[in-house]
Amino acid sequence: MNSESVDINPELKQSEPTVPETKIKVRDLNLYYGDNHALHNVDMDIYQNKITALIGPSGCGKSTFLRCLNRMNELIKGVRVEGKVIIDGKNIYDKDVDEVSVRKRVGMVFQQPNPFPKSIYDNVAYAPLKHGFVTKGASCDELVEKALNQASLWDEVKDILNQPGTSLSGGQQQRLCIARTVAVKPDVILMDEPTSALDPISTEKIEALMLELKEKYAIITVTHNMQQASRVADYTGFFHLGDLIEYADTETIFINPTKKKTEDYITGRYG
Amino acid sequence: MKHKSKQNNPFHDPSLKKRHASAMRFKMFATACIIFAVSFLLFFLSDMVIKGIPAFQQSYMEIDVTYNEKTIASTRSAIDKKYRRIVSRAWLRDIPAMVEENPELMGTTQKTWVLLNHQVDQYMKGHYYKIKDKDLKVVDEMKAQGKIELKFNSVFFTHGDSKIPENSGLRSAMIGSVLTMLVTMLIAFPLGVMTAVYLEEFADDNRWSQLIEVNINNLAAIPSILFGLLGLAVFINLFGMPRSSPLVGGLTLALMTLPIIIVSARAALRSVPDSIRQAGYGLGLTKIQVVQDHVLPLAFPGIMTGSIIGMAQAMGETAPLIIIGMIAFIPDSPSSIFEAATVMPAQIFTWASMPERAYIERTAAGIMVLLTILLSLNALAIYLRKKYEVKW
Repeated sequence: MNSESVDINPELKQSEPTVPETKIKVRDLNLYYGDNHALHNVDMDIYQNKITALIGPSGCGKSTFLRCLNRMNELIKGVRVEGKVIIDGKNIYDKDVDEVSVRKRVGMVFQQPNPFPKSIYDNVAYAPLKHGFVTKGASCDELVEKALNQASLWDEVKDILNQPGTSLSGGQQQRLCIARTVAVKPDVILMDEPTSALDPISTEKIEALMLELKEKYAIITVTHNMQQASRVADYTGFFHLGDLIEYADTETIFINPTKKKTEDYITGRYG
Repeated sequence: MKHKSKQNNPFHDPSLKKRHASAMRFKMFATACIIFAVSFLLFFLSDMVIKGIPAFQQSYMEIDVTYNEKTIASTRSAIDKKYRRIVSRAWLRDIPAMVEENPELMGTTQKTWVLLNHQVDQYMKGHYYKIKDKDLKVVDEMKAQGKIELKFNSVFFTHGDSKIPENSGLRSAMIGSVLTMLVTMLIAFPLGVMTAVYLEEFADDNRWSQLIEVNINNLAAIPSILFGLLGLAVFINLFGMPRSSPLVGGLTLALMTLPIIIVSARAALRSVPDSIRQAGYGLGLTKIQVVQDHVLPLAFPGIMTGSIIGMAQAMGETAPLIIIGMIAFIPDSPSSIFEAATVMPAQIFTWASMPERAYIERTAAGIMVLLTILLSLNALAIYLRKKYEVKW
C-alpha cells in the first residue's frame, strides 16, 4: 500500500510527489449473503482524484465490495455487512446515517446502461429536482447542460433533449448515465464494469471521460479488462475469492506484483 | 433409377418420411381442434345474432289518436275500438304523460305511429303468434295499406324492465351496471394496485407475506357465489347497507375482482427491469420516488390491462348478485347507488325465464349488447397497452 510510488500515467508524474488525500477508508469489511461469507476482512484506502480499479476473476467479490461503498447491497435480501466504511471521517454503516444520503454522495454507474425511459433532459434533471438542488426552469437547464458537458455528451444531444434516453446508442446511453450521476454532485463515483457492454470506440470515450472526471471525483471502477485497468487506473486492487489479495498503485500490480496469485492472474494463468 | 438416386443423395434418410408424417398428423389434429372450437363459437354467435336482431325493431301502426279530457281519463277510448286489442296497453297508458309533455296536443286528433302489442309484433316478424281472427283481419288490412311498419326499437334502450314485452328495455339494467361498475372500480382498483405495490416493492419476503400471497392466489379461485354470501352477511346484515343496491353489488364484485387486479398488477410490476430501480437508488432516491416515478409508469399498461379484464369479468358476473338481491324486477332506472337496481346479465337472466316469445329475442339482444360492451372493454385494454407501452 505504498502511495508514493511512481504512477503509470505519465502526465501525473509531476503532480504525484505528495501523498494523495484519502477519501474512503475501508476497515475490516466482512459481508455475508445469508451463510455465504463473501468478503473477508477487507482493508482498503481509496484516494481522492484517483481512479481505483478492482480486478479479479468472476465471483471474487469485487462488485460486491463496490456496492458496499454506497450501501446498494442492502437492496438484496439476506445481506449482512460488518466492519467500517469511513467516508470523510464518518462510518456510513453507523446507525445515524441514512443510506439514501450515502447514495446521493456516492454515485453509481452500472454495467448495462440503464437510462430511465424518459427524455434525455428528464434523465439528468430528475434526481437534482427531487433532491431540491434546482427548481424547474433556467437553473435546471443550466445544470443539465453542465452535467451533459461533463459527460462529453452535450454536443451530441443538445438538439434532441426531448427524445427518449433509450433512443441513444449504447455508448451514449452510458455517458447519459454518467451525466445523470454527475448531476447529483457526488463526491465519489462507483463504476461497475461500465464498458463491458460497449464496443471499443465507445469504451475509449468512456475511458477518456473517466480520466477527465477524476479531476473532481474519486472514481472506483470494477473491470474484467486488465488492459483497461492498466490504461486508466492509478491504483488497482486484486480480489480473489472474497479476499483483497493485493492493493497498490497500478504499475506495481501489473509489473511487479508481490503476491504469486496476482502475478498468475495478471499473466493469464487463470481468470 | 429411383434406387440409384437415393444412393447418390448424401442427405437421404429413410426414417425422415415417417417423422415428417407424424409432424403432419399432429398439425392436422391441432387444426381440427381449432376448427371445432371456432365452429362452436360461430354457431353460438350466429344463433345469438339471428335471434337477437329482430328485437332491435318493433311494429308500429299509424292511426288516429284523440287527445282530450275524456281520453286522458280512460286512455282506451283514445283510439278506434277495432284497434284496441292490437295496440300496446303500455303505449295507451302513456297518453297522459305525452299530453303533459306536449300541451298543444290537448283537444286534437292526430295521426300517430302507435306501438303495437307483442303478439302482432311477433306476427309481423313471422314468428309464432296468438291473435284472434277478427284482429288478424284488421292487422292484415292495415299492413296492406302500409300503415304497419317495423321501426327502430328505441323503447329497448329508453325503458326499464316491464311485464309487457313490447314495453321492456335494458335501460335500468344498463344504468345499474354502470353504477355497480363505478363502485367496483373505485374500490378494487386503488386497493388492488396499492396491495400489489406493497407486496412487490415494499414487503420483505417472510412467512407473513407468503401467507398473504397464498391467500390472494386462492381468493382468485373461490366460486363467485361465495362472494355473494359474504356480501350478504357483511355488507347487508352487518353494515345494514340497502339490499339490491349497486353499492352492495359493487362492493361484492370488488371483492371478487381484487385478486385478479392484484395478481396482474404484481406481474406488471415484476416485469419492470430491476436496472431501473437500481438506477434510481444509485442516484440517492427514496423508495417512494423510485416506485412512483419510475416503476409504476412502466408497469401502468400491464396494470390497466389486468384491471380492465377484471372489470369486464365482474360486469358479466351474475351468481354473487343473486344472493344480494340484484336479480329482480326493476322497471325504473336507479338514480343513485343506494336504490334497488339490476345489472345487464341479471336482466338477461330474468328475461330468459319469461314465458312470452317476445322475451326470447330480447334475451338474445341483451346478450348482444352485453357482449359488445365486454368486447369494447377488451379492445380498450389492448389499445391502452399498445399506446403506453414503453419501447426499450
